[in-house]
Amino acid sequence: MDLSYSPQEQAFQEEVRAFLADELPAEIAERVKAGEEVSKEDTERWHAILQSRGWLAQTWPEDHGGPGWGPVERHIFDEEAARAYAPRILPFGLQMLGPVLIKFGSDEQKAHYLPRILDGTDWWCQGYSEPGAGSDLASLKTKAVKDGDEYVVNGQKTWTTLGQHADWIFCLVRTDAGAKPQAGISFLLIDMKTPGIEVRPIKLIEGGHEVNEVFFTDVRVPAENLVWKENDGWTVAKYLLTHERTGIAGVGFSIAAFERVKALAARTMRGGRRLIEDPLFAARLAEVEMDLEAMKIFNLRMLAEAQRVGHPGVETSMLKIRGTEVRQALNDLYRRALGPAAALIPGEAPGGNAALVAPEDEAAAASYFNNRKISIFGGSNEIQKNILTKAMLEL
Amino acid sequence: MNFEMTDDRRMLADSLSKLLGDRYGIEHRNAVAYEAPFHDKTGWNALAELGILYAFAPEDAGGMGGSGFDLLAVFEQLGAALCPEPLLGAVMAAPLLTEAKEDLEPLLSGEAIYALAVDEPEAPWDAGGGTCEGGDTLTGRKTAIYGANAATHFLVSARREGKLALYEVKAEDAAVTPWGMIDGGGAGELMLDGTPARCLIPDAGEAIDAALDRGRLALCAEAVGAMDWCYATTLDYLKSRKQFGREIGSFQALQHRMVEMKTAIEQARSITILAADRMDAHTTAMAKSLVGRTARKVSEEAIQLHGGIGMTWEYPLSHYAKRLVMLDAQLGDADFHTARVAASYA
Repeated sequence: MDLSYSPQEQAFQEEVRAFLADELPAEIAERVKAGEEVSKEDTERWHAILQSRGWLAQTWPEDHGGPGWGPVERHIFDEEAARAYAPRILPFGLQMLGPVLIKFGSDEQKAHYLPRILDGTDWWCQGYSEPGAGSDLASLKTKAVKDGDEYVVNGQKTWTTLGQHADWIFCLVRTDAGAKPQAGISFLLIDMKTPGIEVRPIKLIEGGHEVNEVFFTDVRVPAENLVWKENDGWTVAKYLLTHERTGIAGVGFSIAAFERVKALAARTMRGGRRLIEDPLFAARLAEVEMDLEAMKIFNLRMLAEAQRVGHPGVETSMLKIRGTEVRQALNDLYRRALGPAAALIPGEAPGGNAALVAPEDEAAAASYFNNRKISIFGGSNEIQKNILTKAMLEL
Repeated sequence: MNFEMTDDRRMLADSLSKLLGDRYGIEHRNAVAYEAPFHDKTGWNALAELGILYAFAPEDAGGMGGSGFDLLAVFEQLGAALCPEPLLGAVMAAPLLTEAKEDLEPLLSGEAIYALAVDEPEAPWDAGGGTCEGGDTLTGRKTAIYGANAATHFLVSARREGKLALYEVKAEDAAVTPWGMIDGGGAGELMLDGTPARCLIPDAGEAIDAALDRGRLALCAEAVGAMDWCYATTLDYLKSRKQFGREIGSFQALQHRMVEMKTAIEQARSITILAADRMDAHTTAMAKSLVGRTARKVSEEAIQLHGGIGMTWEYPLSHYAKRLVMLDAQLGDADFHTARVAASYA
């Protein structure tokens, strides 16, 4: 066994590090580190920097503008980018819709939409979840009725991440109400400027706005915006979801989170000694580090297997569960390391916070609460366990 | 053995619950909890008129209670209603003013609002670790003062002639930096620089520790009330939310988690009852540690079992969840109190 990367992979890792050191704008990294909401402008700027290097569409084949990376290169990039506090690449156009169009789209759809995703012309959002269809997507109710060469869409989507910025939304809609739940669904591309669409913000637990409800009232969509076949959208949806789940363990984020908790505990005085010397706190940190080190190897084992057989296995569900648990545990320790000062609303006390909490630590509690979502979205951890149960246990 | 509340306490709890239901519905609560001054003066007056502050002091000090069970009766209701009023300060001030033989009437009637200022940035939760200096005036910095925005009086700990003394500082004499808290309600910092102050107790170390422990007991009771609410709300949700064609509460994996949650809450309630009965440092530390751990667990489980809806500002659970997590960081978190318990083995 050899746990290290191959010489080529190590060289690639060096290349990524050098790129991040040279090209990631420092002010953007600082905002990411401080846990601030990443603005639309920051995201677009970072996308453009990556695109100029040919590293934006990481899961696309080379003949469509991808860098030709395998799962190991993608993992190396993710890990290094998270450690450098790069903004995350928005997955909706690049990691979800792009691969779907490449596999299922018509030539016209590919020629029109793919370049616009790459150059940032179109900001996409996802229209999958509905109030009655979260993890149980097959019970979705948003209806699309054919009327001439248009579909008329009525219904509601929810949890639409960053939909407030989006130019387009890709939606699952029911086109045959009489069919079985997973049949009769179609995959539609909808221009957000179409009359009859209303976006309402959902304020989250910590007060931020990143998700929305999207309402459709008699929204007319050209029939040519149908991807693949009418009533066979489930095939498309399942393919997209396999892309959503890769990388969801967020190992890089946890590595970065571990380093910052450790650094905070090393400089925080508590009861006459540094917090890192408090045996209880140190033991908690040590336990998370063990889980994290194990998960790094687990992740690499999964990647090696994916490279060998050509697709990721059911282990991705285990990684999603453990990855989110480790990250939440680190968020929890980070907040606790600040003691009572963690309760401050970021920026609340004019000038006062600065002395009490370092600016980069102000959002520790807000991040802890916001990241309760990571065990819920992308298929909740309970759903992952059901997937594992079905795949592994012959009970 | 009898775990029933006395009639007097039950009546107090019932009328408090009714008043909170009438005046502190979740929308009103959220409206006052997240904007300065982070409390509702008319609500405060109504609570005072009900007499709940009299439950914080014994009869011979002019009150009508002061036992651990009195605190339990009041704070469980405050927790269940997520009331943001700065009652924690009154709980801790009452015994200190009693010890100092001060007139308690302004506190008990609600006219004066007291806040305790003992924490310092590098020594949170540890009154003895502070470096604030006192003579005829006070100089230093106090932090994590709950209810600082509303307070008319601060009780401040400071070093004086080698001992930990307790001072009173009037709000109009002090520079307060207010905090809004992520779980609602207000706190703040006090910058003292030759600030006029009156020494109430020259050797106050033990009295301050005892007062802090009363505050910790109140927080435990508040947590129990809030956890009961979260459990009931989550159970209702599991019975009504349908996925995959059935109520999600019909899934055994989720049923087991509800049972775990309920068991943990009953454990937390039990140790809180023990601490209320004993009113000693050791038991209070055990209670605050176990309740702190449980409160976070219940908060996280309740959100997870709700899924996305539990993450939203509009849904009341999210505010209870924040309160439950953040109250662990008040007056010593679970690790701080575990260490206190562990230190007793040496």
